[in-house]
Amino acid sequence: MTTRAEGAPGRVAPWNDERMRSVVFQLAAVALVFALFVYLAGNAVDNLRRQGIAAGFGFLEREASFAISPTLIPYSPADSYARALSAGLLNTLLVASLGIVFATLLGFLVGIARLSGNWLVSRLSLAYVEIIRNTPLLLQIYLWWDVLRLGAPQPGAAWQPLPHVFISNRGVVFPAPVYDPLYLWMLVAAAIGGIAAFMLRRQARARQARTGRMLPAGWLGLALVVLPPVAVFFAGGAPYLLDLPRVTRFDFSGGQSITPEFAALLFALVAYTAAFIGEIVRGGILAVGRGQSEAALALGLTRGQLLRLVVLPQAIRVIVPPMTSEYLNLTKNSSLAVGIGFFDLFSVGSTVVNQTGQVIEVMSILIATYLTLSLVTSLLMNLYNRATALVER
Amino acid sequence: MIAAAPWRWARANLFNGPLNAVLTLFLGYLIVVLLPGLVDWTLIKASLTAPDDRACAAAGGACWAFIADWFRFLLFGRYPYAEQWRPAIVIAVFIALLLASWNRRLPGGWLAAIWIAGLALSGLLMWGGVLGMPYVETELWNGVPLTLILAAGGIGFGYPLALLTALGRRSSMPAVRTLSVIYIEVARGVPFIAWLFLSLIVLPLFLPPGVTVPKLWRAEIAFALFIAAYLAEVVRGGLQAIPRGQYEAAASLGLGYWRQMRLVVLPQALAITIPAQVNTFIGAFKDTTLISIIGLFDPLLDTNTALNDPAWRMAYAEGYIFVAAIYFVFCYFMSLYSRRLEKTLSRERR
Repeated sequence: MTTRAEGAPGRVAPWNDERMRSVVFQLAAVALVFALFVYLAGNAVDNLRRQGIAAGFGFLEREASFAISPTLIPYSPADSYARALSAGLLNTLLVASLGIVFATLLGFLVGIARLSGNWLVSRLSLAYVEIIRNTPLLLQIYLWWDVLRLGAPQPGAAWQPLPHVFISNRGVVFPAPVYDPLYLWMLVAAAIGGIAAFMLRRQARARQARTGRMLPAGWLGLALVVLPPVAVFFAGGAPYLLDLPRVTRFDFSGGQSITPEFAALLFALVAYTAAFIGEIVRGGILAVGRGQSEAALALGLTRGQLLRLVVLPQAIRVIVPPMTSEYLNLTKNSSLAVGIGFFDLFSVGSTVVNQTGQVIEVMSILIATYLTLSLVTSLLMNLYNRATALVER
Repeated sequence: MIAAAPWRWARANLFNGPLNAVLTLFLGYLIVVLLPGLVDWTLIKASLTAPDDRACAAAGGACWAFIADWFRFLLFGRYPYAEQWRPAIVIAVFIALLLASWNRRLPGGWLAAIWIAGLALSGLLMWGGVLGMPYVETELWNGVPLTLILAAGGIGFGYPLALLTALGRRSSMPAVRTLSVIYIEVARGVPFIAWLFLSLIVLPLFLPPGVTVPKLWRAEIAFALFIAAYLAEVVRGGLQAIPRGQYEAAASLGLGYWRQMRLVVLPQALAITIPAQVNTFIGAFKDTTLISIIGLFDPLLDTNTALNDPAWRMAYAEGYIFVAAIYFVFCYFMSLYSRRLEKTLSRERR
């Protein structure tokens, strides 16, 4: 009877046993969620049968019979719903990738301007950030859309902010490069120059470690990347680079044109996201301690070296994670295109729903696609983050 | 000596270095060129009364006459005209609630109590049906009160769910953790407009026949579920910032899981994340405009509807600036609150 050692755990009632409770709790949670799903799905099946809508993805093969403009792939209303959705996805990707590039550039400018020693520059930047961040994005999109549609002049009297760039109520027209086989060779020359610059940099690093003397590897490298393609360009007879738009009586010919919807959406997304990125950049730079700058200056680094070698590498670590979520926000916000009738993935999807009634199928496609975009973006940014993150022991 | 002060200030802040001098001169030139035109447009040449936008254009300035003509529709939408004093009081109630929240010395319990009382009063005023006020259906709750009710309701209903899923994501139980992660990541990975679309167009499919939920509450559900996912991530950040010792100390006092969380961990985690929470609220407040795409008459859809009036089609800038100013006042107030709190918190922590 008394073989059991003193102090050994006694038997616990099952409802007081931690493992038991955890298992029961989890089973209950899963069962609850599962039951909810079964209930909702059951209702949906009933309702769809009553409305005579056949479930399944067969409708994707049917003719879409609505026009999409602009598209990156050839598309006509005679094409299938599947092709319409792909055209929409490509438009989303186009807006999102252009938006990310421009918003990053403008955002860095705004963030650095906020920290400027010039009172006027920092105040203007602050006003920009406050106004943009405290008003809804959709409202800004509508405003820019109306400015282009209703406020901008006819093509004949178009605004010309830069030479050969026209803004009118038909959208924005700008010069487009014309493809020439020589460009491929210029690309090859630039790649070779890039490899040479990379090797030069390694050599310069090794030399500096050995002798302490520095080579102007940055400038030489830049020259190696830029000069060969320029040389190839002139050696090839300098073919005319750009297709310049010309004003005809009611419209433009030549050049690359974008619709008012696309221009308004891209402009609003860039202006909006740049305000948020500006604050992230500012926070990142401020997060680098004063002592770092003082130590670098005490070592005799110049202002430029201080920024490039000490401040930026540390600021980047703070900047990258929140920047990832801004990029994701921009991609998701591009779905507001539906408000102004630009055919991004979501607008195409909702048009398909209106025509076919295949709500569940289309929404599943949309949700799966946006989730994939999110996952891919955060994966890429995580890789970059890992490359720049602090390595500790 | 005193006369030299502005000059010294300008040298230190505007002309410190060649680059800054050039920038100052360039921006100063732009301001001198643009400012008179802007003042002309907004004030001097603006029309406060005009029959239509062409008359304003002839005067050469802003068309505030559009706002004067339509401001009750912009603020209250299709709410019955004679009863619009009720939504006006609701707006005043919300402003009073926000101002009361500014005072941080008010204990949290009291704050929650006055918010609940304020919301109940707002609901009573909007619905009516008692005290001689005619009943008004939710379909007609338009304009600014709709925005305020959606935002407050979304936050109010989303908050408990956010706490549960944030705790769930940090739970030691794999099934609970997985469910929380799936919910948070799926909700955040898809644009809000898709969730609104789902709740307004797809949700009726999932309900048994005969059961209908008014549009307003369907939008509110989507809104609460969406905000909860973002708030959950904010709260999780706070939970992660609480040192392990706090959990262990609470456990060694013999507190069970829920009491550990309620008495020790959550009060600290929530307090340090208030600024981030307020930023989420600001985002949510701005996101209420998305319901205009689904056809709920918030101030933005009111504006678009009013602009369809052929007499005022060209007054779009004035209309959007007016509505933007309304959003700006609320959002800027919240961001001031969050910034002030951030400062006090960082001082307390030091």
